[in-house]
Amino acid sequence: MKVLVPLKRVSDPDNANKIKIAGGKVDTTGLEWKPNPFDEYAVETALRLTENGTNPKKREGEVIVVTFGPKETEMTLRAALATGADRAIRVDAKDEDLDGDLVARALKAIVEKEKPDLVLAGKQAVDGDSNQVGQLLAEYLGWPQATFAGTIKSEGDKSLVVGREVDGGTLNVRVHLPAVVTVDLRIVAPTSVTSIHTPPTHKYADGVRFAALMAIMAAKKKPLVELKLADLAPDAALKIKYTGFEPPAARKAGVKVKTVGELVQKLKTEAKVI
Amino acid sequence: MNILVIAELHDGSLRKSTHSAITFARQVGAPFSILVIGSGTQNAATDAAAFGAQKILVADDASLKDPLAERYAPVVAQVAKAGGFDVVAVTASSYGKDLAPRVAAKLGAGYATDISGVKNEGGKLTFKRPTYAGNAFGYAEVQTPVKLVSVRQSEFAAAEPSGGASPVEKVAIPAADPAASRVEFISLEAAKSERPDLGEARVIVSGGRALKERFAEVLDPLANLLGAAVGASRAACDAGYAPPELQVGQTGRVVAPQLYFAIGISGAIQHLAGMKSSKNIVAINKDPEAPIFQVADYGLVQDLFTAVPELITELKKG
Ligand SMILES: Cc1cc2nc3c(=O)[nH]c(=O)nc-3n(C[C@H](O)[C@H](O)[C@H](O)COP(=O)(O)OP(=O)(O)OC[C@H]3O[C@@H](n4cnc5c(N)ncnc54)[C@H](O)[C@@H]3O)c2cc1C
Repeated sequence: MKVLVPLKRVSDPDNANKIKIAGGKVDTTGLEWKPNPFDEYAVETALRLTENGTNPKKREGEVIVVTFGPKETEMTLRAALATGADRAIRVDAKDEDLDGDLVARALKAIVEKEKPDLVLAGKQAVDGDSNQVGQLLAEYLGWPQATFAGTIKSEGDKSLVVGREVDGGTLNVRVHLPAVVTVDLRIVAPTSVTSIHTPPTHKYADGVRFAALMAIMAAKKKPLVELKLADLAPDAALKIKYTGFEPPAARKAGVKVKTVGELVQKLKTEAKVI
Repeated sequence: MNILVIAELHDGSLRKSTHSAITFARQVGAPFSILVIGSGTQNAATDAAAFGAQKILVADDASLKDPLAERYAPVVAQVAKAGGFDVVAVTASSYGKDLAPRVAAKLGAGYATDISGVKNEGGKLTFKRPTYAGNAFGYAEVQTPVKLVSVRQSEFAAAEPSGGASPVEKVAIPAADPAASRVEFISLEAAKSERPDLGEARVIVSGGRALKERFAEVLDPLANLLGAAVGASRAACDAGYAPPELQVGQTGRVVAPQLYFAIGISGAIQHLAGMKSSKNIVAINKDPEAPIFQVADYGLVQDLFTAVPELITELKKG
């Protein structure tokens, strides 16, 4: 199976309390960068679908990672190559020149050239929190989608059974490939992904895999090409523009209570909620 | 301006999440219609007719029994075009988030997700939306003539019926997209719970990793006593102590009840992003430095395994 994984570099959300907003703009200088966690989960999922888990060095298919960003974002791609992805594409662009729709349109052009069986995307990027690129891409391609995947059972290169985490429970669908799947948090649990290459009894370590030093060195030699946004999406007009940003209103400082009795009394007489 | 509200159905009835999208339409202050999609939609259409919409548009067909975006998007897009709607609104539930982008792509429309506010200045709409896990709010303008939005249930209070009965009109069912033939609905494993839905509960009792295997044993009696919904942190869900659909946070459910109990939850930003708008927050945590205390109105530094049973006893005293 050939899998394409879009990968975004985001400011580390665990630094997010240091996000500064100046003059109505988000200022990310000095923040640390890391791959969007959901995209890392998508890479891990792609690797699990294209390997025998008992011998993960050999790929049973191909995993291509693609990012939109300036030169520095090649680090994010190299990190994915080091964990096992086969090749990488960087579309040269700046964050402020993109929105979800433009990314989806440009991805469509890449998909039409690469012809993957599956696009595996994170369900949202943790900076913009927009949750739309996968679905937009599916519609632009005329492909089926399975969003918020918590489990994937591969039936080979023809179809996948996906357990989608929806508000009221789990919604199971079968999608016939090619398709777009967006992944949720629990897709990297030990038995969330089952591929035809891996013995059904196999259990993965929880979470995403780390790259060994050797692999990091080897990843430097893996193919990485640069493409121009304008070649992929000649109409680069953005559909969403931000006129400003502001910090959230601060919550007023609360109080510490000493005992359960005091808590109940305050909830009754002060907050009047019970 | 003319708004199309997409209803969300459950077992043939209107989901209460729909009421938040109606509130959005009322806040914009433009005429709106409600689109009901499904199979066996009579009850939902009747429910929807009580909110003062211009029309209730009904797409009822056996092929629309299961909520698949590949089947629903062509219907919404056709109705939006035929009715000349400028704004298409849906609630930012998993249903809305799955469907809305496909509709946006069909209409060539920009899509603002998860909005927490709207401003209408002489017909020019600005949408407020949380970004960076709620650490910044952006003001977004959608550049296209037709605009898609998904609205946060926690920020748009459920609309009350306004009386009257809007006329109900059936719409033609468009031919299915080829994509629709490549996705099969298998099953919905719906969580069975007598408790209120997280999006609708007045009180939520949420637990974290600290509860371990005793999650239900410790929290259920408190939730039962308060008629509360039960929520959980990601760590509790990932570890299997609580089912995934209970997750509250940036990427789980976003909630804003009158009263939120965070029990054995550290208060990571991703969790705070989903519950910070609660009217009153109570934190019980044995670590006095836990970040949850920075947002809690009432903090109790104590071991939860003694505090929760004590709390139940105290509440029972009346
Ligand atoms: C992409 C991404 C998305 C995420 N989305 C979400 C999300 O939507 N929702 C979410 O919740 N998290 C989310 N997270 C995870 C988040 O970062 C935290 O890891 C998670 O919220 C921690 O859960 P916790 O507080 O239950 O566990 P911990 O961090 O382990 O905290 C447990 C707390 O319990 C306290 N404790 C322990 N024992 C006791 C006791 N006996 N009595 C009282 N207190 C006790 C400890 O002091 C500690 O504060 C996300 C993370 C990522 C990377």
